[in-house]
Amino acid sequence: MSLPNKSRHAPFLLLFGTVAFAAAQLALAYQASLIPSSRLISPDELVKILKSGKSESPLMIQVGSHVLYSQAHIPGSEYIGPASSGNGLQALQKRVESLPRNKFIVLYCGCCPWDHCPNVKPADDALHAMGFSNVKVLYIANNFGADWVDKGFPVAKGD
Amino acid sequence: MKKGILRGLALISVVAGLYLLLRHQRVSGGQRETEIREQSLAPDFSLPDLTGQQLRLSSYRGKVVLLDFWATWCDPCREEIPRFIELQKKYASQGLQIIGASMDDGPEPVRKFSQRFKMNFPVVMGNAKTGELYGGVLGLPIAFLIGRDGRIRAKHIGPTNISVFEREIVNLLRSGTPSRSPSS
Repeated sequence: MSLPNKSRHAPFLLLFGTVAFAAAQLALAYQASLIPSSRLISPDELVKILKSGKSESPLMIQVGSHVLYSQAHIPGSEYIGPASSGNGLQALQKRVESLPRNKFIVLYCGCCPWDHCPNVKPADDALHAMGFSNVKVLYIANNFGADWVDKGFPVAKGD
Repeated sequence: MKKGILRGLALISVVAGLYLLLRHQRVSGGQRETEIREQSLAPDFSLPDLTGQQLRLSSYRGKVVLLDFWATWCDPCREEIPRFIELQKKYASQGLQIIGASMDDGPEPVRKFSQRFKMNFPVVMGNAKTGELYGGVLGLPIAFLIGRDGRIRAKHIGPTNISVFEREIVNLLRSGTPSRSPSS
């Protein structure tokens, strides 16, 4: 016995809906994970650069939480606002718009586990869209406390 | 042709389903569960809640307190909130008090979130000073379990399986003196 047309399509729609939902979850959860590894820099690598004094120091910008920045941040880094918000992204774009496009810039956050950070990818995307070619994102696997402060790397407090 | 498309969709669906399952387990498993390093008194604080009233932590002495540092922009934090709401409902009568300390930059998104999710525990606006009191809140979520005697009994950094919280809360509720009403 054949099913009426609508009932025949229902299983396909259900399956398709499930797949679409799963794909959306995938995209959202792995935002930071979508940043190519060639655009990442590890804490060890950054510390080496900062200590060497040989090459140009990067412009370091924290694109996450102000409360977290106040407690601890990389010395010399600037706070710009969460890049997951429109205001934060605009502030970032304004900060860098007059800079040469080959300026060495390091973006970081450290608010949450890497896979869940809502800030670094929008910031990275924005700078690339503006034509910046020398941008690195600091890979912080867990959070700034565990992956930077607890490792004994240099820290500054306050605004 | 139709069978081939169906098989393909079914395969994608299975892979996506497995991914979701694994992701949930990884988030639930927790990034790091630290040992209780010291049974120190939980640092006291007085912070404004979402109505502007001051909430003092020490007024909850005698209760088991779960102090949760979170933020509305923190994905794993948001996932924990509905589970905390359930815990609060389940164990309030036995002396559990959950307190959320939001590390958002302002109260407006927190108020909206609290209303939307019908949060049944007080939420205060945390700040850098409070974070420093608790050894530095340098990533979210971070939760502290505080015994009836006001001492820190557990600290959890990163997303933590709710069953871990529940087990520890039950143990703490069973031990120590019966709770007394908080001064307000």
